[in-house]
Amino acid sequence: MNELATHLAARASTASRFPAHSIASLAGTSLKHEHLPSILVDDNKRGFFEVHAENYMGAGGPPHQALTRIRRDYPVSLHGVCMSIGGAQPLDKTHLGRFKALVDRYEPALVSEHLAWSTHNSTYFNDLLPLPYTPATLARVANHIDQVQEEIRRPILLENPSTYVVFPQSTMSETDFIRKLVKRTGCGLLLDVNNVFVSATNHGSSALSYLANFPLEHVGEIHLAGHAEQSDDEGDLLLIDSHDGPVADAVWKLFEIVIVQSGPIPTLVEWDSAIPEWPILKAEAAAAQAILDHYSHTSVRGIANASR
Amino acid sequence: MHPVEHQLYSLKDRLGYAADFTPALLDPDRAPPAVISGPNGKTAGKRYNVYRNNVTVGLINALAATFPATKRITGEDFFRAMARFHVRATPPTSPLLFEYGYDFPDFIERYEYAQDMPWLADVARIERAWLDSYHAADEKPLTPQALATILPEQLVDATLTPHPSARILRSRFPAVSIFAANRSEGPVGRIQSSEPEDALIIRPGSEVIVRHLPPGGAVFISHLMAGETLGISAAAALNDYPDFDLSVNITGMIEAGVFTTASHGD
Repeated sequence: MNELATHLAARASTASRFPAHSIASLAGTSLKHEHLPSILVDDNKRGFFEVHAENYMGAGGPPHQALTRIRRDYPVSLHGVCMSIGGAQPLDKTHLGRFKALVDRYEPALVSEHLAWSTHNSTYFNDLLPLPYTPATLARVANHIDQVQEEIRRPILLENPSTYVVFPQSTMSETDFIRKLVKRTGCGLLLDVNNVFVSATNHGSSALSYLANFPLEHVGEIHLAGHAEQSDDEGDLLLIDSHDGPVADAVWKLFEIVIVQSGPIPTLVEWDSAIPEWPILKAEAAAAQAILDHYSHTSVRGIANASR
Repeated sequence: MHPVEHQLYSLKDRLGYAADFTPALLDPDRAPPAVISGPNGKTAGKRYNVYRNNVTVGLINALAATFPATKRITGEDFFRAMARFHVRATPPTSPLLFEYGYDFPDFIERYEYAQDMPWLADVARIERAWLDSYHAADEKPLTPQALATILPEQLVDATLTPHPSARILRSRFPAVSIFAANRSEGPVGRIQSSEPEDALIIRPGSEVIVRHLPPGGAVFISHLMAGETLGISAAAALNDYPDFDLSVNITGMIEAGVFTTASHGD
């Protein structure tokens, strides 16, 4: 290889494959392939798309073609669903390697995972399962987060779960557990406001006091989604984090309370089942964008920091 | 007990929540785990059922998404009942759901209530191969011009590299016709044939294509994909199918994009 070619090759290996779109203050939606034709002809490119990392872990094919196309025009958020960070057993190194390859390939604006687990022994349970909050699980989860962050060489945002049961063995609250994880690992947070509402309803606690105890200054992304209603053994309301409908009014209200306090944060509307036509999902994101824009000039977070 | 051992033991004990939580997830006859409850002493029965339901329904949905023609043939209720048995007996071992369902066609073949549809398992095998092809690595297929650069006298010793998305599925039934009729949205006409059909599943660009191969085509391409020379592969096809047409098969497989590179043996 001649000198120029070597130089160019070296430059190409460090150069970005995609434009560095800013995700600050934007609302976005989950990327669904049935919406792709509508998205590609949409002239309004304001917003972002979030993808479930596992759907893009094949070697090639239409998923990568679609994501490459989207990533050229929009910031992308990479959302891992099954790293099992909250699991009792060591992380799956093969899976971690695949995750890193996606981060390297698509240069996402945000990278996130869940405070939950889905694999035990060799079985993958395809759900976000709960864990007790104890010093032992705290140490284990912190190690897992460290391991992921070292592998991908950037911090992740950790998402608060929606839960239906409690572990009597827990010795600390979820918000305390999350605060300690942030302190130990330097990770950021993904605040799922629907999960806050679902869990608070299911556990007979207050969503507002959860938010008051949540370290909002570390939140790098917000999730909004729809939920469904069932009942528990005692006949009381049990909410299911179903992602199959519009965002509930109560969740919009909580979202606005968060944004008033923190200023605009990238916000995603999730809709993963009974997926509507693109204009309906786009309208949900537009509603979130309107709230973000409304509070864009009141950087309350800055004022709060200055007054400390 | 040595202090370190003691520490390890108690850590393991305190991290036992996953081992406690999982056994009843796929087994409706088991009681919910004792390590959980509802808030303020409420019971966890229906609450734990949310997780059971998420796991089971989520995996049934994953199979339904991978095997749409199979589902269309059996109908929704039949398919979901069949899938539920399979999900409980054989849950996934990979977090990538597009890698789930490799054992499902064999399960269908043994499934008591599907015995009057002996071709159903082969339709499911085509669908499983379809998804492999969909996610396979992207590569440019071999052009007819590239093959033409090999001298005629070298052709018999030439070998070809298969495209990552190429799959062959042989059936004793008209599985390709049944697959094709049920994979699309349109009305399903009566399938008259009862002849065996071999399928080529391939994705040279962004669309997965399922082709019904001519006689001997599956033997010929399978030998080539295994690295045999053109000469040996053609002889094997001719041996099994005396009416094997070499030029039709070569033209067809190059046109379909089954191979990516050719090398002449020397």
